[in-house]
Amino acid sequence: MPSKFLIHIMPKESVLDPQGVAVLQALNHLGMKSALSVRVGKAIELEWDGPADPADPALNQICRDVLSNPVIEDYSIEVVR
Amino acid sequence: MNTPIDLSRQNLPVTPQTVAAHGLTPEEYEMIRRILGREPNITELGIFSVMWSEHCSYKNTRPELKKFPTNGPAVLVKAGEENAGVIDIGDGWAVAFKIESHNHPSAIEPFQGAATGVGGILRDIFTMGARPLFLLNSLRFGPITGDNIDTARLVRNRALLRGVVAGISHYGNCIGVPTIGGEIAFDDSYEGNPLVNVMCLGLLRHDQIARGTAAGLGNPVFYVGAETGRDGLAGAAFASRDLTEESKKDRPAVQVGDPFREKLLLEACLELLATDTVAGIQDMGAAGLTCSTCETASRGGSGIEIDLEKVPKREPGMTPYEIMLSESQERMLIIAKKGREEEVLRIFEKWDLPCALIGFVTDDGIMRVRCGSVVVSEIPARALADDAPVYYREAAAIVTPPALDIGSVPFLDPCLALPELLAQPTIASKRWVWEQYDYMVGTGTVVPPGSDAAVFRAKEANKILAATTDCNALFCRLDPREGARHAVAEACRNLSCSGAEPLGLTDNLNFGNPYRPENFRDLREAVVGIAEACREFNIPVTGGNVSLYNQNPAGAIDSTPTVCVVGLIERNQDITTQFFKIPGDVIFLLGPNSAEQSSLDASHYLLTLHGRKEGLVPRLNLQLEVHLQTALRNLIRAGLIASAHDISEGGIAVALAECCLGPGSGLGAEIALDTHDRRTDEILFNEAPSRVILSTPRGSAQAVENLLTWRGLPVRRIGRVLPSREGLMIRVGTKSQIIFPIDALRDAYEAAIPSVMKSCRD
Amino acid sequence: MIRCAVVQFPGSNCDRDCVAALESFDGVAARLVWHKETSLSGYDVIVLPGGFSYGDYLRCGAIARFSPVMHAVRQAAHNGRPVLGICNGFQILCEAGLLPGALVRNRSLNFICRHIHLRVETSASLFTHGISRGAVLQIPIAHGEGCYFADADTLARLNENQQILFRYCDSSGAVTPDSNPNGSLESVAGICNEKRNVLGMMPHPERVCDPLLGGTDGRRIFDSVFASLASGADPSATAL
Repeated sequence: MPSKFLIHIMPKESVLDPQGVAVLQALNHLGMKSALSVRVGKAIELEWDGPADPADPALNQICRDVLSNPVIEDYSIEVVR
Repeated sequence: MNTPIDLSRQNLPVTPQTVAAHGLTPEEYEMIRRILGREPNITELGIFSVMWSEHCSYKNTRPELKKFPTNGPAVLVKAGEENAGVIDIGDGWAVAFKIESHNHPSAIEPFQGAATGVGGILRDIFTMGARPLFLLNSLRFGPITGDNIDTARLVRNRALLRGVVAGISHYGNCIGVPTIGGEIAFDDSYEGNPLVNVMCLGLLRHDQIARGTAAGLGNPVFYVGAETGRDGLAGAAFASRDLTEESKKDRPAVQVGDPFREKLLLEACLELLATDTVAGIQDMGAAGLTCSTCETASRGGSGIEIDLEKVPKREPGMTPYEIMLSESQERMLIIAKKGREEEVLRIFEKWDLPCALIGFVTDDGIMRVRCGSVVVSEIPARALADDAPVYYREAAAIVTPPALDIGSVPFLDPCLALPELLAQPTIASKRWVWEQYDYMVGTGTVVPPGSDAAVFRAKEANKILAATTDCNALFCRLDPREGARHAVAEACRNLSCSGAEPLGLTDNLNFGNPYRPENFRDLREAVVGIAEACREFNIPVTGGNVSLYNQNPAGAIDSTPTVCVVGLIERNQDITTQFFKIPGDVIFLLGPNSAEQSSLDASHYLLTLHGRKEGLVPRLNLQLEVHLQTALRNLIRAGLIASAHDISEGGIAVALAECCLGPGSGLGAEIALDTHDRRTDEILFNEAPSRVILSTPRGSAQAVENLLTWRGLPVRRIGRVLPSREGLMIRVGTKSQIIFPIDALRDAYEAAIPSVMKSCRD
Repeated sequence: MIRCAVVQFPGSNCDRDCVAALESFDGVAARLVWHKETSLSGYDVIVLPGGFSYGDYLRCGAIARFSPVMHAVRQAAHNGRPVLGICNGFQILCEAGLLPGALVRNRSLNFICRHIHLRVETSASLFTHGISRGAVLQIPIAHGEGCYFADADTLARLNENQQILFRYCDSSGAVTPDSNPNGSLESVAGICNEKRNVLGMMPHPERVCDPLLGGTDGRRIFDSVFASLASGADPSATAL
């Protein structure tokens, strides 16, 4: 069975996340005051022909150059199997 | 979120290295010391560096820009007075419009760069109290097709095009301002340095004009809109440097746009401006808080004091330097009238936008910035905003390129050359692009993208507006003065063909590094050319933008002084498009068409099919041009004209094809042209100026011919409109007729861009 | 006088266009109603206009459905008053559960603004009873997420109840893959609820109510609504 990663793409810490801001405001308007901050990103499932190594340079290159936009997003790699 | 400000770096020493890193010369630093009477601190140094960047101060171009005619009976707000010029359109209504570039941000991050470009120009317009009606854009990219071009380059350029178009579409569509026209061209010189120029026009009543003035001692200063983050730090300074491989490292300087917030900000500001609570308003564009505070104070002849602790912030631990220089988008500075604070707060609360009282207007002429009790910056506002150094750059000598030796140009079979020209991305249909823009929202778009000029009816005012952007950069590269004259003349011609009278012009001067004498010469020449043409047409320049340092490793871009002209159409029935209407209509060529003008110099035929950027740019006779356009508009108003289309890139053959490719299955035409003893390719593809293809109902043809001849204008009956199935048939002299099936022309014209752009998506 | 409410959500951008189009009909008055209002009493027709409510962040219409006004919209729908959701309004009605299914990204992944053709699938609704079945209307679309999706059971039910009012077609009225601009299942362009008084459609009828703007086919839909209101017909009586 190929290995599998869950790649999380999130807006960079210092970059404005308009979606997160709008969702947070909506939650607060709904009276859910416990919601303090929202950031909206993406999750991508990737099956991989190779060992389940999150440090794999080829994998990281795909994450950096294709799956995320390094100008405004960070990524992290979670090993599913 | 109001987190503490980091003051620890406030007392960093200012060294010669820091000064240089801010792009300031030792002489400029001396000026700063003289103005302050002491050494600046780091925050003050940052403030000066952005205000004295080319982007904010026009320090290299100001003396040149003074050459533009800016006055006129219809001018309500002149160029340079405010964020945008305002022109009277009658019955108490006015339009505010301006074009602005976002070239460098788009090179680094095409989607966000273009999106925030749209956001910025929209704010410039609604800051004036005007409701934005429509957008236009003028885009330039490196080639996206070509057999002998490296695939990696093509892929990169297509990605840039895709990203820029998606960014404009995202922002414009979301905020609900239609993008109704513009132009796109592709050329090697824009490789790695695309041009993204966006124009916005807004409508307002004369008594609604809002000013960017901080006047009235003690008036409260509000910060409204999105919170401040570390976005685009020093973006204005960033826009004023060469793009190199190094600048990829500048990436965090790109800001992210939020069209939803901007929509709320737009509605809230217009609602607020309709009350009588606002003394002044200014958007926070380049150099954000810095620019808006010192410029409003300078205009008001006042001072201003703000407290950074009260500024809404998105991130903890920002320094005063970062807050003052942040380019976070979707923010405004509002100077309210004293005692009306509650009304301001109420409106922004309705629209769910942050609104904070951050300071007040003073009378000491100082822009004073505090963090609570600590003063972090104290600068005379006028000196900062208006006393930037002015440079008279060295200009290289003017060189006029030699005329083309036609013998060196191999003849191409027009049967193949015309479809090939129509399939050149610069000439081909841009439908793939404009279908991604919501060009209908606002229910005012009368003539959508794809004809000579976009036409928009402003319902509220019951006025019909027309607008177009233009620049033949090949002309401008070879002869910037003549090329710039052509740009103005062609834009006006496009309007006249649509039935509109030109009202005013906004320009976007895209050039290379001004420190290189040949670049500065080209800029100066282009300014003179625009000024000459505007005087002849009697239209004012109402403002615009200068974008310098458009370079890639191969050198400067081709000079691209893009102009956008706005016009007014009197009555619905005067709205005219370029497409032939009914079989049997008579086709005229209006304008000179003599042997000496029929050369291929500086033509797109020569450029795209022979790969040569050379020749003598056709001479433009401005008096004739103005005379001809006036006559054309009169014919349209007399109801004699069915269609009118200007001849430009690709010559008469391309123009005729475009006339045939109207809605539905289009129409054909039968055409006969004189040879003037010239080669057929010269007759078909030369780009001599001041020419228009007209079609008129048979019953009006004689009247049209008589009226034009009586006015001394050259006009020739060249053919008639046919059903689509007959095709476009052209005979040059006594040579055998060439027949182009309409479907084949349409395929070439429509498929060119989608075929390369769709490949990886659909 | 027929009174129309055009609900204005934060980010609505066809709200003013809808008001202008509605007011171009004789005997019709239209007003903007801010989404924080809680009552729609006194209005005969409710329009949810196009736009990007809340920026279309998260999902189109996902946040707007929680707006205070939506309770009143639900009630109006329940009471049989005509409710018309256009574009983003359609997305909100789906998110709010007033109409079945969902609208997802266009097949091309691009935003598309274009004049397209619609075939009227039934005259049995408040919105189409003045138009004959099979008629072809030319009405523009402008959306990035207009691809209609529903599960097989829902789709079967929509067909069975003739709740599909409009399908994308070519100029001759043929429903073909090429005439489907966004990949919608079965070329669905507009559907109504079981009571036939709530319509959601992706195309923009308000944009073709003036010959100067390239067509008047949108008027036929509004004419149907106003005519049935003027005749005092009970909307439930127009059921099949």
